[in-house]
Amino acid sequence: MAMSVAEHVIETRDLTKVYGKHVRAVDRLNLLVRRGEVYGFLGPNGAGKTTTLRMLLGLVHATSGTTLVLGRAPGDPQSLIRVGAMVEEPAFYPYLSGRDNLRVMARFASLPEDGVDAALDVVDLLGRGGDRFKTYSQGMRQRLGVAAALLKDPDLLILDEPTNGLDPAGMADMRALIRRLDSGDRTVLLSSHLLGEVQQVCDRVGVISRGTLIAEGTVDELRGRGSVLVRAEPLAAARESAERLLGTGRVEVLDGTLRLDSDPADVPKITQGLVLAGLAVSEVRPMERTLEDVFLELTGKEDADHER
Amino acid sequence: MSGSYRAEMLKLVRWPAMWILAAVLLVLAQVFGYLIPYIAYRSGGGGGFAAGETTAQLLADTLPGRLVPNTLGGFPMFAGAIALIIGALAAGSEYGWGTLKTILTQRPRRLSMLGGKVLAITSTILALVIGVFAVNAVWSWVIATTEGRPTDWPSVLELGRGIGAGWLILGMWSLFGALLGTLFRSTSLAIGLGLVWALAVENLIRGFASLLGFLDAFQKGLPGTNAGSLVASLGAATLDQPGGTPGVTAAVSGPQAVVVLIAYVVALLVIAGITLQRQDVN
Repeated sequence: MAMSVAEHVIETRDLTKVYGKHVRAVDRLNLLVRRGEVYGFLGPNGAGKTTTLRMLLGLVHATSGTTLVLGRAPGDPQSLIRVGAMVEEPAFYPYLSGRDNLRVMARFASLPEDGVDAALDVVDLLGRGGDRFKTYSQGMRQRLGVAAALLKDPDLLILDEPTNGLDPAGMADMRALIRRLDSGDRTVLLSSHLLGEVQQVCDRVGVISRGTLIAEGTVDELRGRGSVLVRAEPLAAARESAERLLGTGRVEVLDGTLRLDSDPADVPKITQGLVLAGLAVSEVRPMERTLEDVFLELTGKEDADHER
Repeated sequence: MSGSYRAEMLKLVRWPAMWILAAVLLVLAQVFGYLIPYIAYRSGGGGGFAAGETTAQLLADTLPGRLVPNTLGGFPMFAGAIALIIGALAAGSEYGWGTLKTILTQRPRRLSMLGGKVLAITSTILALVIGVFAVNAVWSWVIATTEGRPTDWPSVLELGRGIGAGWLILGMWSLFGALLGTLFRSTSLAIGLGLVWALAVENLIRGFASLLGFLDAFQKGLPGTNAGSLVASLGAATLDQPGGTPGVTAAVSGPQAVVVLIAYVVALLVIAGITLQRQDVN
């Protein structure tokens, strides 16, 4: 179904950024982020994710192409007041407390300062709000960055590698926080190279490599249909039975096992068919592709194409 | 812009480095403007007077009647250097800490943010100038009372002119530092090069000006020369006069110095605005 322009919170057309004469950080990027979704922006380090986010926020000037964020040009105060952002490392004044840092940011946004404590509370920093930023751990700094992004109760939240430098517990907390923030009409653009993170929280995913969007879709669409692994004896008879069940061309022998091109939901039917054929079945297991498999496949292919 | 101004003021007021610089400025102003001259007067000068200088003159310079020229004497160079550091810190540290990107993702336009910063820096400079005048006034009153001399204060107009001149000079130097911080995107290079210019290069050019005609014309357009000339026009002794201070010169007239300094302020603001507007913020 075609989406109207109004439903696109972010829309870029042939967005390009060239540093100097030769470094093409972003190359004719076309990105559409819909209202209310959590959009995962995936790519290896140096793929152009952060440069793209900086252009969306008006921090970096595009070399060519057009961008609309909430219907306005990047950096327009009318749209920025509805955008909360954390780009790369959270940057604050080291000599100020977390609370005073947020007060400074509220003043820059021309917002009342009474929302500062509420924002600190959302990220569980209320108790440490009076401590200087330079005494904060990495996790606390990340959370203060999210708090600053939330000050405006934004319609669009742009988070760049929000779990960078966090320990596993901190990463889990941050993921939970992102899920909490994805409420109502709020749109979240989450840039990350951590695939598990994106897989767990995002509705749709775009994969960028060498500055270009190389794939886009829901996590399930990108992962595609899974497969089923079968370990049965004798192998040749098992293959014949499987081909009778699924059709030829959908069964492959690999390392002494069968790989069936089949929906994992078909495992009971396959198991029953093999057992009824008198085979010794020792294992039937659904094999789901992870986003990491897809990502490596996509970016690896892109690298190979580039080198060719 | 008012939101940006209020944000910048909160940052400056809570910044320990600003208080340290303010304290250094106040202490240096007292030490070189009052303490050392008064001790020299009390000890008879130790025979180290410059030509034509007398102990009576040393004392007279510290009395309330000479509050304006005695206070302004240190502004073209050493107070100017501190103002330059304040400006360079306020602008350059935004790049070093990466806070510029955090600010610009909040809401303000770049020029609005710059306007707020300039207003906050110059407000701070005005407070410092008034502070230096106030503390110097206390010292001069104490010395006059101790020595049994009359406390003839300068008129309000004279005082206002002195504070205005001090604000213009230090404001110009602080914006000079802010521009360098914006151009170099750092504090260390901005402060280093700014101080080399203000304390060394300008003095060298003035030193060679008498040898080469074009250098003489050139030095009359320098910020330090005009700052020194403005101070001299308000009664501060030039370096070649008894009790003169480095940086004070009578190269151009007072009104001309005011015009040139205001032109510098405008030019610095325009260049900083264009630079900031065109920069990619990483």
